[in-house]
Amino acid sequence: MCGIVGLLLKKPEWDGRLGELLVPMLTGMTERGPDSAGLAVYASAPVPKLKLSLFQLHGAMDWAGFLRGLTASLPGEHALQDSGRHAILTTAAPLEKVKSHLETAAPGLVLLSQGHRIALYKDTGAPADIAARYGFRELTGSHAVGHTRMATESAVTPAHAHPFTAGEDFCLVHNGSLSNPHEVRRKLEPLGIHFDTDNDTEAACRFLEWRMREGDDIEAAIERGFTELDGFFTFLIGTSNGLSLVRDPFACKPAIVAETDDYVAVSSEFRSLAHLPGVAKATLFEPQPRTIYHWERT
Amino acid sequence: MSVVPMEFDLARDQGVRALNSWLHQNAGPRPPSVRVLNPDGAHNIAVGANAPFDVEVRGHAGYYVGGMNQLARITVHGNAGTGAAENMMSGEVRIKGFASNGAGASAHGGLLVIEGDASLRCGISLKGGDIVVGGSVGSFSAFMAQAGRLVICGDAGDALGDSLYEAVIYVKGKVASLGADARFEPLGDADFEALATLLERAGLAHEPHLFRKVASARSLYHWNADANQEY
Repeated sequence: MCGIVGLLLKKPEWDGRLGELLVPMLTGMTERGPDSAGLAVYASAPVPKLKLSLFQLHGAMDWAGFLRGLTASLPGEHALQDSGRHAILTTAAPLEKVKSHLETAAPGLVLLSQGHRIALYKDTGAPADIAARYGFRELTGSHAVGHTRMATESAVTPAHAHPFTAGEDFCLVHNGSLSNPHEVRRKLEPLGIHFDTDNDTEAACRFLEWRMREGDDIEAAIERGFTELDGFFTFLIGTSNGLSLVRDPFACKPAIVAETDDYVAVSSEFRSLAHLPGVAKATLFEPQPRTIYHWERT
Repeated sequence: MSVVPMEFDLARDQGVRALNSWLHQNAGPRPPSVRVLNPDGAHNIAVGANAPFDVEVRGHAGYYVGGMNQLARITVHGNAGTGAAENMMSGEVRIKGFASNGAGASAHGGLLVIEGDASLRCGISLKGGDIVVGGSVGSFSAFMAQAGRLVICGDAGDALGDSLYEAVIYVKGKVASLGADARFEPLGDADFEALATLLERAGLAHEPHLFRKVASARSLYHWNADANQEY
């Protein structure tokens, strides 16, 4: 099992309510995924600088000290917004320089996401606790992708939780399991693509993002995924300006979509959508197998 | 004498467990009708009923609504999640909206009516129940269905009736593809009569003569050593 949720707000005036609408969607999927949860939130407008989500794997983190060290080693503008083991860093410094600073000065820090809109949170524990820990209810933005995990194939750690990210402003959550993640990985690693975990979903995420960097649009990348990724899946993908959804040809894993004039909401099950305003009048449908759905903020 | 219907509001403190245990403990000869409010996609609503209750579910149901039903008439005024009326023994389950995967799976008896579409694997391993779908069904419907009837007023997806035993399918619309060992067969008088009865019970106005029949060619009933594993 696992639960996936996604919400795209069609009108900017709703952006302030993103977290408030999304938290009950996420916690509504607790029975499907009680061991970990995560959320990727896309800001209403991109920051011109780089936006990085950082997570301290073990123990407490001295964020003020980290910021002083970063400023000393890479003079320029840096801003840090931290909550416990998690922080969002916006910086004018080049990515490679920030990365090498992280490796030497803060080896316990993991880079969860990078881009201009995306902020990523993931951790182990009950979805409601994680939502409270990182203040999901207060988050704002245009769209978001969330996941509750019931691990079936790799360890329960924050790094193994979803969403997975690759490249910039790209994330993916998965309900299902892949049978050939190692084959995909053996194909990508020689191309210089680095993997953070042994999780099957990470292989799908890196494969699709690689295809898009090679020039495929999201539809073409997913189409190629049908032949390269073997297994069961409902994938929900977040990109800079929208959401994409796809189920495997056997539709083994559930999904339901509710669409109104104000939002598109995706979930594994209706019980996560029941609280949404206007859902009684929403267009409700189950996505067809092997069919790509894509929604953008216009 | 008017009987006040028993009401369970799942949004309040009466959860699905309270509803189902009440159903299990009040199986008298003339049970009152039951209204379920704010189902909001909860799983296992009215599972294991064992008396002729009238159960009205006012909204969308989650997984296994009306599962293992005996005798009760259960109506969902909304959509149903995976496995609606799975393993039903008798009675009637009616879904006013659409039903997700595996509707009517392994049903031994009774009637399941889905007024909208049914998703994949509708009537998988059907064992004697009847299913009438007002809309279309997804792929692999009636897979390994052993007995009973599946009526499809719309279209069918791929592999309809794959590895069928003695269940019979009637389909009005297009069939994307038939499954292994399923074949079209001509309809006889008994078929038209059965179809008319089922459509009438379902409350769906369709002309029986516009349906085609799919049944087992029975070529998989016995092991064929010459088939070279190619079916």
